[in-house]
Amino acid sequence: MALTLFKGLKSNCFRWYPSVYVARKHGVLYCSMRNAQGQTATTQEKQHTKLKASSKKESGKLEEILKNYEAVIGIETHVQLSTQTKAFCSCPYNYGAQPNTSICPICMGLPGALPVLNSKVIGYAVKLGLALNCKLSLNSKFDRKQYFYPDLPKGYQISQFDIPIATGGYLDVDLPVEFGGGHRKFGITRVDLNRAGVPLLEIVSEPDMRTGIEAAEYAAELQRLVRYLGVSNGNMQEGSLRCDVNISIRPIGQLEFGTKVEIKNLNSFSSVSRAIDFEISRQVLLHSQGQADHIVQETRLWEEGAQKTVTMRKKEGLSDYRYFPEPDLPGVTLTNEYINEIRDSLPELPEMKRRRYEKLGLSMQDVLFLTNDINVAAYFAATIATGADVKLAANWIMGDIAAYMKNEKLSIDDIKLTPKELGELIASIKAGTISGKIGKEILFELMAKGGTVEGIIKEKDLVQIVDPTEIEKIIDRVLVNNPKQLEQYRGGKTKLQGYFAGQVMKETKGKANPGLLNRILLEKLNAKS
Amino acid sequence: MPSTAGSRLLENYRPPFDATAVRKLRESGAIVVGKTNLDEFGMGSTTEGSAYQVTANPWDLSRVPGGSSGGSAAAVSARQCMVALGSDTGGSVRQPASFCGVVGLKPTYGRVSRYGLVAYASSLDVIGCFGSSVADSGILLGAISGHDKFDATSSKRDIPDYASQFVAIDYLESKPLKGLRVGVIRETLEDGVDSEVISSVRDAVSHLEQLGCTATEVSLPSFSLGLPAYYILASSESSSNLSRYDGVRYGNQVFGDELNSLYGDSRAQGFGSEVKMRILMGTYALSAGYYDAYYKRAQQVRTIIRNSFKEALDNNDILISPAAPTVAYKIGEKKNDPLAMYAGDIMTVNVNLAGLPALVLPCGFVEGGPAGLPVGFQLIGAAFSEEKLLKIGHIFEQTLPGCSFVPPIVADE
Repeated sequence: MALTLFKGLKSNCFRWYPSVYVARKHGVLYCSMRNAQGQTATTQEKQHTKLKASSKKESGKLEEILKNYEAVIGIETHVQLSTQTKAFCSCPYNYGAQPNTSICPICMGLPGALPVLNSKVIGYAVKLGLALNCKLSLNSKFDRKQYFYPDLPKGYQISQFDIPIATGGYLDVDLPVEFGGGHRKFGITRVDLNRAGVPLLEIVSEPDMRTGIEAAEYAAELQRLVRYLGVSNGNMQEGSLRCDVNISIRPIGQLEFGTKVEIKNLNSFSSVSRAIDFEISRQVLLHSQGQADHIVQETRLWEEGAQKTVTMRKKEGLSDYRYFPEPDLPGVTLTNEYINEIRDSLPELPEMKRRRYEKLGLSMQDVLFLTNDINVAAYFAATIATGADVKLAANWIMGDIAAYMKNEKLSIDDIKLTPKELGELIASIKAGTISGKIGKEILFELMAKGGTVEGIIKEKDLVQIVDPTEIEKIIDRVLVNNPKQLEQYRGGKTKLQGYFAGQVMKETKGKANPGLLNRILLEKLNAKS
Repeated sequence: MPSTAGSRLLENYRPPFDATAVRKLRESGAIVVGKTNLDEFGMGSTTEGSAYQVTANPWDLSRVPGGSSGGSAAAVSARQCMVALGSDTGGSVRQPASFCGVVGLKPTYGRVSRYGLVAYASSLDVIGCFGSSVADSGILLGAISGHDKFDATSSKRDIPDYASQFVAIDYLESKPLKGLRVGVIRETLEDGVDSEVISSVRDAVSHLEQLGCTATEVSLPSFSLGLPAYYILASSESSSNLSRYDGVRYGNQVFGDELNSLYGDSRAQGFGSEVKMRILMGTYALSAGYYDAYYKRAQQVRTIIRNSFKEALDNNDILISPAAPTVAYKIGEKKNDPLAMYAGDIMTVNVNLAGLPALVLPCGFVEGGPAGLPVGFQLIGAAFSEEKLLKIGHIFEQTLPGCSFVPPIVADE
C-alpha cells in the first residue's frame, strides 16, 4: 500500500483538477495501512472503460473540456451502528447470521407488536452528531416512511423526517499529498436516525465536493470517524457504511445547479472516486456536445466490472412516502447534561489527532498515514508513549513494518511486535547498543515471532562493539591479513576502504559500530607506516 | 388461540405470544374463556363489520350490540363471562357498553400496555374493560394496568389499588359525593341526541346531585370538531398500521404478474369495505399536498380539544355526557349509511383525542325491545383519575333506585 502510494508521488502530472484521465493513470489511494480486507486501502486497478479507451489525444481533448466545468457533489451516507441488538427489539444483530435466526414478533412486525427504542442508538447518534460539529435537536421525533416492499414487514420504516436529531455540521478532511494535498471543510446537512430495524444513521452532506477524490476522502474520513467513535465498524463491503452520491455538473461560473444524478452501489472508496470521475466525464461530454437534455434526474448504478455507471431507474416524480409522526414511540428528548456527558467522553477524533501530530513535527504525509487507520494510530501512540523518538517511530511504522504487513497481508494488530518492543528497538539503536542494520534484522524476527529486543540481542549476541580498542584490534588484524590490498590502497586505490570495512564487519558479524569502524579504519589506512 | 381481529386476512392467524394485558390476567389467575367478535380491525360501531358473524344485542336480538367491541359487551351483558376486554379507539368499549347495559371503562392512554393489541390507530388505541358492575371493571383494570417495557407509550405511574376505594352501600354516608364538582357538557345534550337519552342522562345527573355533587353546565365549543378530526387521524394511522397485511405473510395470497398486483389483489380480497374505505381516506389524508390540509389540521384540532378538556377539568372533578346519542338500533339500520354510523361516535371520540379516562355506566332505559333498551352515561376524568371515576361509579350504581341491568334472556333462564 505504502509503496504504491509513494510510487504515485514520483509522477508529475497531478493537477488540482483530477480528471478521469489523471485519476485513472495513477492509483487512487487513501493513505491507510489496512490490508487487502480493509476498506481504506483501495488501490486503483487499471481497468479500461469506454471513456478511457479513447486515444491519448482524445483524452487530452476531454481534459481540456473538463476544465470548463465543475461538478457539484453531495453524499448521503448510511452507517450501520454496532449496537448489540436491533434498534427496536432485543434481537441480537450479527452480520452474516443465518436468515431468520435473530427474529421476534417485534422485528417481524406481527400484529400487536410494538417497537421500543434501543437507547444506545440515541447515544451513538449524539456521539456522531457532536463529532460532526452538528447542532443537536433537544426534541426530535420518529416518523413513518411508508412504502410496500417484501423486505419491509410492516409496510413502513421508522425514520426521522422533518426534525432530525442533528443538523448543520461539518467534516474536516485533509486530502492526500499526492493529490495536491490541502484541507477541506465539507458541510453536513443532517444526521438522522434512519430505517431502524437494524439501526442506521443517515448523514447527509452539503453539495460541497467537486471531485471524486474529495468525495472519496470525505467518505474515508467519515469511516475513520465512526471507527474512532466506536459506533460502527464502517465496513463498506458488509454494507455497514454505504454512500449514495448525488452529482451534477455545470459550466464554471454558472451559479445554478445542473440536473442531479444519484449513483448507488459504491462498495469502496475507490469506486466512489472512479464512479464520480466517470460520471463527470459522461455528463460533461453530453453537455459539451449540446446534449445537456440527455442528462436526466435518475438513479444510476456503478458497475464495478465495466467501470461505468448505468441507468437503474428514472425518477418519475418524487415518491410519496406519506410521512407522519410515529405514534408508537415517544419523542426523543435530549437534556444538556446528557449531551455534555457524551461530549466529555468523546475520544480524540481524527482531525484533532492530525493537528496534534503535525505539531509534533511530522509531515502531512506521515500524519495522514498514521491517523487514517485507528489501529495504526493506536499503535503509533503506544510506541511514542514508551518515549521513542516520534520521527523514528513514524519511519519504522511507515517503512519496514508497513511493507511487512503488506507482504504478509496482515493488519497491525496481527503482527507480533508490540509497541513497547518497537520503542525498545528504537532506543537500543539510538543508544548504540545495536546497529541500525541489526535493528532491522531484529525487527523482522520480532514481527514474525514476537519476543523482546533484549532477549534476541542476548540470545544472538548482537550487542554492538563500541569499544575503540577492540575495533582497533580487529582492524589491525584485517590489515595484517590483507597486505596486498593494503598496498593497493596506499598506492591510490582508495575505493578499497569499503573492502576493509566489509572484512571487519564480517569478523564482527556486523556488530562493529559503523561510525567508529570507519573513523579508526581511515586513521589506520592513512597512517604512515 | 386464533386472533382474527374480525378480518378474513387473519383467518388462520395464531399469534405466538400473549398480549401483555392477557399475560397479566393469566398471571392473576384469570381463566381465558375465548375471544369475542368485533368490527374488522375495530373499525365500526355495530359489530356488523366483522368478516365472520353478526353479533346480536342480548336486550333485543334484532338490534346491534354496538361496536367495535360489541362481542365483548354482549358476552358480559348475557353473563357469558364475568368480565371482558375490548379496545377503545374512538368509543369501541363505551358505546357497546351503553348499548348492552354493562359497565365500560376506557382507561387513560398509556395506563394499559398496548403490546399485543392489534393496532387500529396507535395514538388513540386503549385496551378497556367491560364488567357487569363497576367493582368488576375496577378489579379488571387493576390486573392489566402498568408500565410495560414492550410498549414505549405505556406509563410508569404507580397503579392505585382500585378495588380498595369501593365502599359498600351500608357504609356510605348520606351525601357520599359531597363537594364533588360535576360539569355537564352542554354540547352533548343538544340537537341530534335522542330526547329520551337526554332525559335519562339528566336523571343520572340529578341522582349525582342527590349524592352531594354540585352540577353545572360546561361548554366545550370544540366538541363538534372532534368527529372529523378523529376520522382523519384514525384513518391515517390505520392506513399505515394495516400496511403489513399485504398478502406476503398473512391471509390468502392472490398471485399476480408483478408485485404491486399481488399486494393490491390480496388486499382487495382480504379487507372488508369499511376497512378499505378508511385506508383510502387515511392514505389520502397523508398524501403529499393534502397532509397539511387534513392530517396536520386534525392534529391542531386535537391540541385544541385536549386543551379545552384540560380547562374544563381544572374547574370540575368530572365531566358528564351521554355515551352515545341513541340507544341500540336495528341490525342493518345504518349499514349502508356510514356517515350516520360515524355520527354516533360524537360522544366518545373527543375523549380518545384528549387521551383521558372515561367510565360508562348504565343509568336508565328507553322504550324498545322486549324489556326496554339500556341507556349509558359517560363520566370523564382527568388523566390517570380512574380511581376517582370508579369510586363515583361504584356509589352511583349501588344507589341508583329501581334499576336492574340484566337482559331478559338471562333473567328468564
